[in-house]
Amino acid sequence: MEGFLANVLNGLSWGMLLFLISVGLTTVFGVMGVLNFAHGSLFMLGAYLCMQFVRWVGSFWVGLLAGPPLVAALSILLERFLLRPLYGRDVSFQLLLTFGVMLFLDDGVRLIWGPAYHVVNPPALLSGVIPFFSQSYPVYRLFLVILGPLVGLGLWAFFSFTRWGKILRAAAMDRQMAEIVGVRVPVLFTAVFAFGAWLAALGGALAAPHQSVGPAMGERIIIESFIVVVIGGMGSFPGAFAGALILGLMNSFGTTFVPHLQMALPYILLAVILLTRPRGLFGGEA
Amino acid sequence: MTQPIILEVQNLSRSFGKFQALGGISLKIPKGKLCALIGPNGAGKTTFYNVVSGRYRPTIGKVFFEGRDISGLPSHALVARGLLRSFQVTNIFPALTVRENVLTPLAVMRGLSFSFLGSMARRPELVDEAEAILARVGLRGQSHRVVSTLAYGDKRLIEIAIVLACQPKLVLLDEPTAGMNPEETDRMIRLIKELSDKSEITFFITEHDMKVVFSVAENIFVLNQGTLLAEGTPDEIRSNREVKQAYLGGSLDAASH
Amino acid sequence: MGGLTLRRILPATLLLAFLVAAPFFLSTYWVIILTEILTMSLFAMSFNLLFGYTGLLSFGQAGFFGAGGYFAVLTLLHGPPSLWVALAAAVVGTALLALVIGWLCVRLDEIYFAILTLGFGMMLFTTAHNWRSVTGGSDGLGGFTVPPLNLIAWQVSLFNPKYFYFLVLAVTLLGTLLLLRMVKSPFGLLLRATRENSNRVAFVGANVRRLRLFAFVIAGTLAGVAGVLFAIFNRIASPEMLHWSFSGKAVLMTVLGGSGVLLGPAVGAAIFYVLEHYITTFTTSWMIFLGAILVVLVLAFPKGVLGSVMEFFAQKRRGAAP
Repeated sequence: MEGFLANVLNGLSWGMLLFLISVGLTTVFGVMGVLNFAHGSLFMLGAYLCMQFVRWVGSFWVGLLAGPPLVAALSILLERFLLRPLYGRDVSFQLLLTFGVMLFLDDGVRLIWGPAYHVVNPPALLSGVIPFFSQSYPVYRLFLVILGPLVGLGLWAFFSFTRWGKILRAAAMDRQMAEIVGVRVPVLFTAVFAFGAWLAALGGALAAPHQSVGPAMGERIIIESFIVVVIGGMGSFPGAFAGALILGLMNSFGTTFVPHLQMALPYILLAVILLTRPRGLFGGEA
Repeated sequence: MTQPIILEVQNLSRSFGKFQALGGISLKIPKGKLCALIGPNGAGKTTFYNVVSGRYRPTIGKVFFEGRDISGLPSHALVARGLLRSFQVTNIFPALTVRENVLTPLAVMRGLSFSFLGSMARRPELVDEAEAILARVGLRGQSHRVVSTLAYGDKRLIEIAIVLACQPKLVLLDEPTAGMNPEETDRMIRLIKELSDKSEITFFITEHDMKVVFSVAENIFVLNQGTLLAEGTPDEIRSNREVKQAYLGGSLDAASH
Repeated sequence: MGGLTLRRILPATLLLAFLVAAPFFLSTYWVIILTEILTMSLFAMSFNLLFGYTGLLSFGQAGFFGAGGYFAVLTLLHGPPSLWVALAAAVVGTALLALVIGWLCVRLDEIYFAILTLGFGMMLFTTAHNWRSVTGGSDGLGGFTVPPLNLIAWQVSLFNPKYFYFLVLAVTLLGTLLLLRMVKSPFGLLLRATRENSNRVAFVGANVRRLRLFAFVIAGTLAGVAGVLFAIFNRIASPEMLHWSFSGKAVLMTVLGGSGVLLGPAVGAAIFYVLEHYITTFTTSWMIFLGAILVVLVLAFPKGVLGSVMEFFAQKRRGAAP
């Protein structure tokens, strides 16, 4: 029971981080038709910026609030000057471009901050452990588990009740429809891309005290969030939520019960879902 | 009825949910006769084509091709039997050359899909056949041009050439002159007429340009709200009162669109 | 017509003459680099049969590359000490693997195909990474002796980099010739037609899935052969050979050289290694340059270096003789 609960909590905390970056990825794909390889690098940039702010001002909270908008600003430049010329061209060119951006950012981070891994301490409020049955459990991880659903709820409210949220959701499902009802597409694209980048960087900042900050963290999470987005259904918000939870839980339970298979599990799940429901769990019929 | 019937449609219906797009159409196309299907927008022409060419299954009714029931067979099975359709939106291979566009269906028809060591250039009989087809549709001398660089009217001719390469018996042409300028339209009409006269192929066209229909068709079917309103020679249709009403009193003689 | 053939044959002859003569005037260091370039050329060209000619972006091509390497090393470790047997085992093994994986993957296209191939490639990666007892785990599988190459009455020791270079040259040349014949064949035409408009190909009566599967198996097998050369060259088969970022290398080289020309990926591989050589002499951040180059190419020269050069000459010719 005890191990089971710990697994659930670990799975949820990782799942929540995955969810944050997958929401952006899936919205960007749904609205713009772009599968952004550099999305994981934006996540990584969020973590590094958070770390840098901790070094400068000594506050995790400043990093959490100030880092993501900077990443969003960078992504506006990316969308405006690099991606925009490619709309209407073959999908694979957009994939290749973002692949190039990923290489650039990942190595850029290595150049600035070095190849080593860095540790970011959780803020004082959330540091330490709490008793958990006979053992103890990190407070920060618990914080992620609680924060995750709150962020999810906030996003859900944003998508359901605000004007921009509704437009985004409508456009993710059917871009032509959005054009018909008079959304200005170039502005929408930039906004969506920046919003996705902001979420990814927020996830990165939150991940900084949770895992070590290093130049390979983007590469790992981008593949996992691709899987989340594909099994959930590209462009589907609930799909990203469900996919992230499944992958997060599979990660923690897999590590405990089938350690040898754990690395392969996400890929097996991906293949099974793509081959039985090619448009994902929440993606409708192919 | 002296001529054999190549296509017969019996009581053909097709619904999408509650909407009935086709409501029990029966008609016969004699072999070798150039027939046309007309009707106001939304009359069900394209749906009719999609059902006959195997894209949709009929809800009720049957389609016979050369006397055999083909209702609900998939498109590629119909292609193998000689029932072809052209597409309204140009549907060709843009980055290939003109000749390659025609060689593609020829290679498939000859069962060469998986012949992967023999060079295409060493099959002069295929190249000759492709050239002959290109000459027939009036694209002689353009063989090595990349299709995407051609004018719109020429791209539509490629579409016809691809269809011809499939050795068709019956060709459904969906608005062959849509979007063309008058000169291109004239050329397309002449081509269809000539192909119909000089080959065994039966053509069945839809068209909203009335000038085209009345200048080429030997037999016209008028569709309205999913049912067959009238059938006859161009003269008969021109003087048919119901048809005139269906077109909102518009004069058919002068009508284009 | 004679001028046309000469124009086509001359560059190929010059290139071939250079490749054959290279070991006699280049330093061993550059012979080794050239060996790597040729190996990766074969790998990247196999990828491009799918990408450039069939329109399928595979992010799992490294899976077959690595599988070929592992099959060969396993055969050398546990089977007879013969390169030919190792090569044959790798060819059969990767072909079967590509048949099974391809049979599943060709149901999808575009981004879904890319992701699914990535998934299968990573399954192979985790197999190599975690199945310690057979694959040696993350350390890779080495410790085999490279037997001499048995050429009827002639035993060639591959410890001499020059001789190994000639083996790689011969294999890559054969692979290139096979690909060349294929893209000129009716099958090759249908692949390109499928890339352009797969629905239309299906509508003229061809089986698009089977066409794609056939291309997938050939591409996978050639990647496997390249993997055999790579593993023997490095004296080890390691999990990195199967990782998706290694597939990314093939993608990069192809875009660098040009996906529309058969030799594009090979030119891309050459540019890749030569650039890497020069850039890493003054900075370790060579990936920054690579990323930037890729971005510039995609935006400004989507036809790649070789594709753009050939287009430039074609236009010049047209301009000279209107």
